[in-house]
Formats: sequence, structure tokens, C-alpha cells
Amino acid sequence: MVAATAGGTRHGEGGGLMVQEATISVGGHSVRVLTGGDNPSAPPAVFFAGIGGLPAWVPFLDRLAESRRVIVPSLPGFPGAENFRHLDTLLDWVVHCVETIEALDEAPVDLIGSSVGGALAAEVAAIAGSLVHRLVLIAPFGSHDTEDPGADIWAQAPGPDSIPNLVCQRPEAWKQAWQVPEGAEAIDYQVMHARAMEAAARFLFPFGDTGVASRLHRVHHPTLLLRGSEDRVLPASSNERFRTALRGPTRTGVVNDAGHLPELDSPDDLAREITAFLADQEIA
Amino acid sequence: MKNLWFHLMPYKDLPDDFREEHPSVWVDIDSGLLDAERVHQHYHEYLDELEFAGEVGFDGVCCNEHHQNGYGLMPSPNLIAATLTRRTSAPAICVMGNSLALYNPPTRVAEEFAMLDCMSGGRLIAGFPVGTPMDTIFAYGQNPSKLRDRYYEAHDIVMKAWQAPETFAFNGRYNQLRYVNVWPRPVQKPHPPVWIPGGGSVETWRWCAEMDYVYSYLSYFGYKAGAATMQGFWDEMDRLGKDRNPYRAGFLQFVAVGETEKEALELYREPAEYFYGRCLHVNPKWASPAGYQSEATIRAKVQSQVALAAAQSRAGNGQNGGGRPGAMGAARDWERILDLGYVIAGDPDQVAERIRQVCIDLNVGHLMLLCQFGNMSTELAKYNTRLYAERVLPQIQHLFDDRWEDAWWPQPLAERATARAVA
Repeated sequence: MVAATAGGTRHGEGGGLMVQEATISVGGHSVRVLTGGDNPSAPPAVFFAGIGGLPAWVPFLDRLAESRRVIVPSLPGFPGAENFRHLDTLLDWVVHCVETIEALDEAPVDLIGSSVGGALAAEVAAIAGSLVHRLVLIAPFGSHDTEDPGADIWAQAPGPDSIPNLVCQRPEAWKQAWQVPEGAEAIDYQVMHARAMEAAARFLFPFGDTGVASRLHRVHHPTLLLRGSEDRVLPASSNERFRTALRGPTRTGVVNDAGHLPELDSPDDLAREITAFLADQEIA
Repeated sequence: MKNLWFHLMPYKDLPDDFREEHPSVWVDIDSGLLDAERVHQHYHEYLDELEFAGEVGFDGVCCNEHHQNGYGLMPSPNLIAATLTRRTSAPAICVMGNSLALYNPPTRVAEEFAMLDCMSGGRLIAGFPVGTPMDTIFAYGQNPSKLRDRYYEAHDIVMKAWQAPETFAFNGRYNQLRYVNVWPRPVQKPHPPVWIPGGGSVETWRWCAEMDYVYSYLSYFGYKAGAATMQGFWDEMDRLGKDRNPYRAGFLQFVAVGETEKEALELYREPAEYFYGRCLHVNPKWASPAGYQSEATIRAKVQSQVALAAAQSRAGNGQNGGGRPGAMGAARDWERILDLGYVIAGDPDQVAERIRQVCIDLNVGHLMLLCQFGNMSTELAKYNTRLYAERVLPQIQHLFDDRWEDAWWPQPLAERATARAVA
């Protein structure tokens, strides 16, 4: 079911960090895996990206890689993993994510999920807890309250600014992450983003409610639960419902001046919070 | 050619400041604007108009499906069509149509359309739209990533349910039905003609060609904006080796007929500006949820917008993309509405000549006409309808007859029962 193929290497931002790119096969479908970190014996941290995914390595991953080996497998439909329409139910998605982590052959891993990736990271911890060491959830989708709904991310006016303005406090950070490289076609990037938005809708439409609240009692892992202070997609009450349902020792925090995707808005602050949490748990 | 009379059934009392004070005519339209007693009047006037169109000689009458919509009071077109089976006797009844993915199970569509075909004695045209994002994704909560697959699967169920000689099991991706055996079955064999209302996607054109269905381009923006789409359709038919039989295609056009051109221009200004100003005031956030459009269509659309912008730039015209309702918005004032061809207005001879040319240029054999639009009174709607039927239709109805046969028209029973007067 799972096979690795050779990939390339390149430098991260600033030219210091080597980022390896490989392709693995999960369920017969190609998944791009980016790995960064100068210390091969550093503990592994797997990152599931937020809504829209990551076309390329971003500064947040550089900061995190200062103390971890950071492994970023693309979620289905996100940049780096084109196929997702074979996944119909939430169970299909969770099984795909479980098999992805199994394929990395690093378990148990520290699992970090943001937004859409957070919804799936929480499910993996609940369903296949032995794959996860510590859990970090950043504004995870998964629980919805019609009395405090947040934004409808699938009902946004067309145009290049709608989504960046909604998901980021600093839309320019989003645009930097989605900058079209020299030699690439802008239309390919538009299609790539539309595909990632559709992929999220496939298991989260219309409310982003996966019913995870009824499974979080199975999560006994040390968990860090974060959100951006200016998140316009999910309200604070969403994280609060996660907090009350999680069964492991749970730390909560807010990333100041960040929107729904703190990994783009505040890479340094977010990486610092996560690194400190993981280090504290090691001391404990 | 065939002339069909199409009703949207708009709500006529949207306020003057609707655009300024309300976000959208669709999905989250303010329910405080609705007076159900007025809707009672609307329905009876609108049914009168449809029946009148059948009486004065239109080949067919059309209804359609919209949800949570201030310009379309027909969430259930089948209810409207059912009354038409009793109160009309000759015209085709074109339900344009049932959005297949919204019916659970889809055999409901097979059953209700079969009922309509039986009730009407074989006069049904079965329209199968995917449905707009407003109707399907937002009003009916369908998953945008699964809508088209559900649509195609529902289509397969309906077509098999109409034709399979025995009870069958359907084990699909989205529908599991152990015993499918609809009663009644349609009068028309093997099934009523199928028409597909669509946008300009090449996938839909190819599918219509493969299935031998009519492709209907239902745009509110008239023949000038529609010309490129129909050209694309016929180019694709050429590539697929299909003949250019104009009855493969349907097209929607607003018309406004007066005794004189001057009269037409005076009479129809208000309802046209009401329609294009208020009824098409749709919040753009409903227009394109991720997944509703295929990746191929996204690519085509972006490219065409680039081409459009380039063309405008060359022409020094940054106003409006040839009437195409895009980011720059559609025209709302009567002069621009006429100039862009959204509405064909004039005296009967002028309208006939323009319609003839449109049908030839776009190569369309099934013309669907909106003679009532916006807040048009029922008296004016009937006046427009009568002038078209009596003075326009005779001039154009034999267009294409010398060369082409309509293989996509209903085949009703020769002897049909009709409603009897209550004793």
C-alpha cells in the first residue's frame, strides 16, 4: 500500500535549512512529503497544514525545525497531493491520514494540525492514538455551534483577496506563501487553491462539524490547543469545546495578532509556543 | 422551430430600495418582504398566463425549479406542471427541470415525471439541471465536491427506472436501493425527451452529445452574450462528428412586443429594469463555492475572462463584457438592456426578424421565450404573449422545417383524456 520514491533536496528560506522533498504512495495515491531539520536525531514532528494547504515550505516550518525534524505530508487535495475525490466519508479521510503516518515510519510522532489539518490530527489521535506522542491543535475544525458559528468559508465573494483577508490577519503573508514561482503558471496555482478548498469541503461542508466531540474522550495525549487572537473563521468557543472534551493534560494559548492561520501570520510566535510546549513535556 | 413560453414566477413586490437595503434576492432573502396573500394572487395570475400561452399557440410551456429565491416562486415545478396537465390540452409541458441531486431517493423524480407524462398524455419534456450553487449548495446543503457525481448517479437511476423491464437493485456510490420498480412508467417510450439546462461547460456539451440529449443554454443575458457559448457548443458537436441539427439546442430569450416599437419601448421598461435591477441582485458570495465548478471549467473561465479583458482593452471599453454577467456586473437600465440584447423589443415584424436571425445565427431550434418578466402585470404579459403568438410566431414557426426533424420533441398519445367540467 505504501511506497516511497526518491525526492529532491533544496534550501529553505534564507538558504540555511535543507528541505527534502519525497513522494510516498498512500492507498495508491501520491503524497508529497517535505522534511526539514538539520539534526537527524531530533524528534520528529508531523505537520498537517491548514485550509488551502502549503504550496511550499514556509518560515514557520523553519522555526520549528530548529529543534525538530519537521515532516509535512500533503493532505489529500492540498498542494502536493492532487487526488482526493476517492475519499467520500470522514472515515476514508481518517484512514488515509492514519496510513500516511504509518508510511512515514516514525510513530509515535508529535502531531501538529492547523485548521483543516487540526480536524484530521484530532481524529487520528482519537482513532489511532498509539501513532501520536503529543498533540498540537491550532484552531481545529470539527465542532460547530449554530449560536456562535464563525464565518462560512465556502460562501465568499470571488476574487483574489477574499480568502487571504478571511484566513489571515496579514493577508500579505498568505500571498507570500502562495506566490507563483518564476516559470510557473498563475492559473495552475488558482486551480491548486480551488482544489484544496474543495477537498476541505468534501468532508467538512457545510459547518466543519465532523462530530469529533463525541470521540475526543479517547484523546489522552498531552495536548496544546491554540488559536489566533483575530481568527475570523472559527470562534473561541470552538476551541473551548475541544478543551472540555479532551482527556489528556491540555494547555491552551492564544497567538496574538494572528488570524485563522497563525502559521502564516505569526510564524515565530507560533513556533515558540509549540517548541516550548514540547520541551516542557520532555522535562516532565 | 419550436417556440416555448417560459415562466420564472417572480415576486412582484420587491421594494424600490431592494438593491441598497438587502444583500441578496436568493438564499437569505428577507422573509419580511413576502406577503403570502400576494403570492396567492401571483400563482393564479401566472398559471393563467401559462394556460393562455398554450391556448394562443405556443408549442410548449415551461416551468423551472429555484429555492429561496425572490424571482422564482417555484421550488416545486412539478406542482405547477401537474396543474398544467389538467388546464392545457395541446402544448408540450417542459419541466426545466428537476435538479436530480436534490431528490432522495432520485426515484422520486422518475415517479413524478412519469406521473406528469401519464397525466398529460405524453406531453412531458424532462429537464435535468445540475442546479445553481444557490439552489443546490446553499439552499439545499449539498456538498459541492459531490454534487456532480450525485447528479450523474441520480440520472442513471432515473433512466434505468423508466426503462428496466424488471425490478432491479441499484448499488451506487451515493444511493443504495434494493428494489427499484417505479409505478407508473412514462407514456412516452422509451422515455420522455431529455433536455439539459447548462452553462458553458464543455463536459456538459460532450455529455449531451453522448447521451443524445438537448443542450439548453438558459441565460438571462440574451443572444449577444449567448452567441459565444452556442458557438462553442456547435464547434464541439463538429469535433464529435454530430450533425448541426438545430433541435439539439435550446436557448432562452426575453422578448417585448408592442404594436409599435415606440409602444414596446414604453411598456416594458419598468418590468425589465425591475428584473435586471432587483431580481438579479444576488450576493456574489453564493456564486462559486469551491468544488461546484470542475477544474477544467475554472481554467476555461479564467482564460475567457483574460481574453475578454484583453478584447475590452483593445476596444478601449472597460464598461461591460458584452453583457456577460461577470465581475463587472450586468446592465440594469433599459437602454443598456436593449443595447446588449438581453431583451428583444419592437413591433411584431421587428421582433420576428430579430428572432429569425438569432435562431439562424445561434442555430437554435428550441427557443424558450420570457414574455413575462419582473413585475410585469398579467394584462401586459398576456398582451405580449398574444402579439408574439399572433404576429411573430407565424413568421418564424417554419424555420428549419425544410431541413431538419425534431427528434427531441414529445410524442403524445393521439387520443388524450382532458379535464371535464364539474357536473
